[in-house]
Amino acid sequence: MKPRPFDYLRPDTVEEAVALLAEYGEEARVLAGGQSLVPMLNLRIVEAEALIDISRITALDVIRDHGQTIEIGAAVTQNKLMAWPQLQQKLPLVAAALPHVGHFQTRNKGTVCGSIAHADPSSELPLTLALLGGEIVLKSKRGERVLTAKEFHKDMLTTARAGDELIVAVRFPVANGAGVAFREVARRHGDFAIVAVAAIAENKNAVRLGVGGMAGKPAVRKVPASDSAAAIAAWADELEGYEDLHASAAMRRDLFRNLAPLVVGEAIRCAA
Amino acid sequence: MRGVKASERVRVALTLNGRKLAAEAEPRTLLCDFIRHALGATGTHVGCEHGVCGACTVLIDGVATRSCLTFAVQAEGREVKTVESLAAPDGALSPLQQAFRDNHALQCGFCTPGILMSFTDYLSRNPHASEAEIRDVLSGHLCRCTGYAGIVAAIKQAARGGS
Repeated sequence: MKPRPFDYLRPDTVEEAVALLAEYGEEARVLAGGQSLVPMLNLRIVEAEALIDISRITALDVIRDHGQTIEIGAAVTQNKLMAWPQLQQKLPLVAAALPHVGHFQTRNKGTVCGSIAHADPSSELPLTLALLGGEIVLKSKRGERVLTAKEFHKDMLTTARAGDELIVAVRFPVANGAGVAFREVARRHGDFAIVAVAAIAENKNAVRLGVGGMAGKPAVRKVPASDSAAAIAAWADELEGYEDLHASAAMRRDLFRNLAPLVVGEAIRCAA
Repeated sequence: MRGVKASERVRVALTLNGRKLAAEAEPRTLLCDFIRHALGATGTHVGCEHGVCGACTVLIDGVATRSCLTFAVQAEGREVKTVESLAAPDGALSPLQQAFRDNHALQCGFCTPGILMSFTDYLSRNPHASEAEIRDVLSGHLCRCTGYAGIVAAIKQAARGGS
């Protein structure tokens, strides 16, 4: 299908983009890679009075190494981050998750910030940002604010971004020497995950576990490093899971119960 | 800043397969439709129109892109390449195209232009791709005829240098 008509606005600077957002507010949608937004426009699931295309704002197409955090600008594509030479060393969890994000062809255009802005409950980048305790930098004419991933991601496809705010960057904390692991189950590689699981082992006793696809947003908690299965099983019941076209809630709980102990084990071995 | 009202039609100029061309488009005109209907290059096929099937994949500044998820106005000033760019002017096939012919890697051919463009980009970055890497990239395309075996064989041949 084809989208309904919209005004097309392509600002050259962040200031221009923010001024346009102040003018249009929630009637506008920010277009970066368009790999989630344009399908929804084409299918007429989403309507917009205006699209504000930020993909040519060069100031947003930057990966910045701040030492303790890596800041990814809003125009940085997923494949650009995948090709960043420091990725494996600085952000090994993101390196493990990125190959699961869509396909080579969609990662060529899809942005890191766009995936986080879209806030799909099972998608990989919001999960890694939540597990790492990352931040989202939002800018509007009123000023700049920084939210934690937990504050930002409210629920299924719902975030704390106000209508006049632009996500200018996300910040991933550098996991120094921690063991990490990531696995997901999808019908086919590149499909939306049914359940995605990520873990960080800071040492052999403490593991932080994150899961996507079980609730409206990624869930994160500490689990014991040894005999994690019981804690995971209890957590699966607590989260309940949800039913959609791809899986029942019971199947999601089952997948999580079976997948998570493997991921915990991998993260511990990786830390060792 | 570039701004186009929803009701406006504007002139979109871009380079298509080495030729500088321009035609009118609305902001909502998809790049795939612009290439086919306004510029008359019908080698690019339009399948699902929501980024799933990969049939409409073209190169924008050398990067494989779903042209159904790109608006024509976004490609303004860019260099767009479609399947028509692959063969030499005398009709000689590119090594990738020849490999598709050698391995019977198509039946109806609807998905083929998109796959050729994806791997034109991918093999330029990773010329000696493994079968696992080829299958991973191929997962971004749907073919309903071949069962993919011929396609994988063809791309492996191209990745070995055409032999």
